[in-house]
Amino acid sequence: MKRGTVVNLLIVLVVVALAVAPLAMGAGDGKEEPFAGADGQAETAITENDPGYEPWFAPLYEPPSGEIESALFALQAALGAGVLGYYFGVVRTRRRLAAEVTARQGDD
Amino acid sequence: MTTVHEVLERSGVTPVHIAEGYLPVTHAVAWSAAAAPFIVHGVIRLNRQIQAAPEDKLLLGASGAFCFVLSALKIPSVTGSCSHPTGTGLGAILFRPPIMTVLGTITLLFQALLLAHGGLTTLGANAFSMAVAGPWAGYAAYLLTRRLGLLPAVFAGAFVADLTTYCVTSVQLALAFPDAESGFTGALAKFGGIFAVTQIPLAVSEGLLTVLVVRLLRTSAAADLIRLGVLRKREEVPA
Repeated sequence: MKRGTVVNLLIVLVVVALAVAPLAMGAGDGKEEPFAGADGQAETAITENDPGYEPWFAPLYEPPSGEIESALFALQAALGAGVLGYYFGVVRTRRRLAAEVTARQGDD
Repeated sequence: MTTVHEVLERSGVTPVHIAEGYLPVTHAVAWSAAAAPFIVHGVIRLNRQIQAAPEDKLLLGASGAFCFVLSALKIPSVTGSCSHPTGTGLGAILFRPPIMTVLGTITLLFQALLLAHGGLTTLGANAFSMAVAGPWAGYAAYLLTRRLGLLPAVFAGAFVADLTTYCVTSVQLALAFPDAESGFTGALAKFGGIFAVTQIPLAVSEGLLTVLVVRLLRTSAAADLIRLGVLRKREEVPA
């Protein structure tokens, strides 16, 4: 394997380790809802302790269930990953074709 | 009576974006007014960039896509709660902060409209933290560390952009919900303390992922990086 590829894989491994470590360490132990999504809970937290505060605007559309919400989050990630993958496909092919052209010109 | 901060601390909550309707009207209006000029300026710069260099459209899309992916990834952190990166460092470094402001605001709008994550009334405040403050601070960190080499500077830029976003969110929340006794500073210290610990490992992950993308760009699209002034000709890595 090329050195560059090894480094890239190592970067991915470290990122995965950083995400898994809190789970393995049991950082969520003793919490009512370990590893809960932060944003949703913040709403409850603010209303809970500042009962006088009334949210004055409601979301126009709210995913009806956690499943649908996670589907939409997956859709967001998939859209982004798709575009990123397309981009790298284009630039890698472009580079390969350019390299072939230079190689052929070198033969002449 | 428990305060907002105690409740937040107990539940290990890290609000990434401020939820719909959860910012008093005056604050919502003020933050929207603060973010608006940056967004308008960004749109102008984006249009100019596309006209001047239509070949950048693909990489622009990829930068926006990176922000989309990262802000959809909720990652567990050491504090036992989940938070997500922002992905704004990359675009700020490649295309300068004003253009990233537009891309980041589009991401926030998508999340506000479809996911009820963040909100329209808090879009101004969230855009200010994630799409204005984050990219500018990240870009500044990138410029300051650029002489150390491309990749260290990219890491610094993405790390700072991520962390700044959450620091600004803390300031916004502390302004809106000051502590009953210690006021704004007390609230800021508490929010900041919770945020920093949760967000530091995520900012490291974001820095590493941004470095990964720039490494891939350097091998596959070095010409683009040189044209954008991110990579210098002599730094080019032979593929």
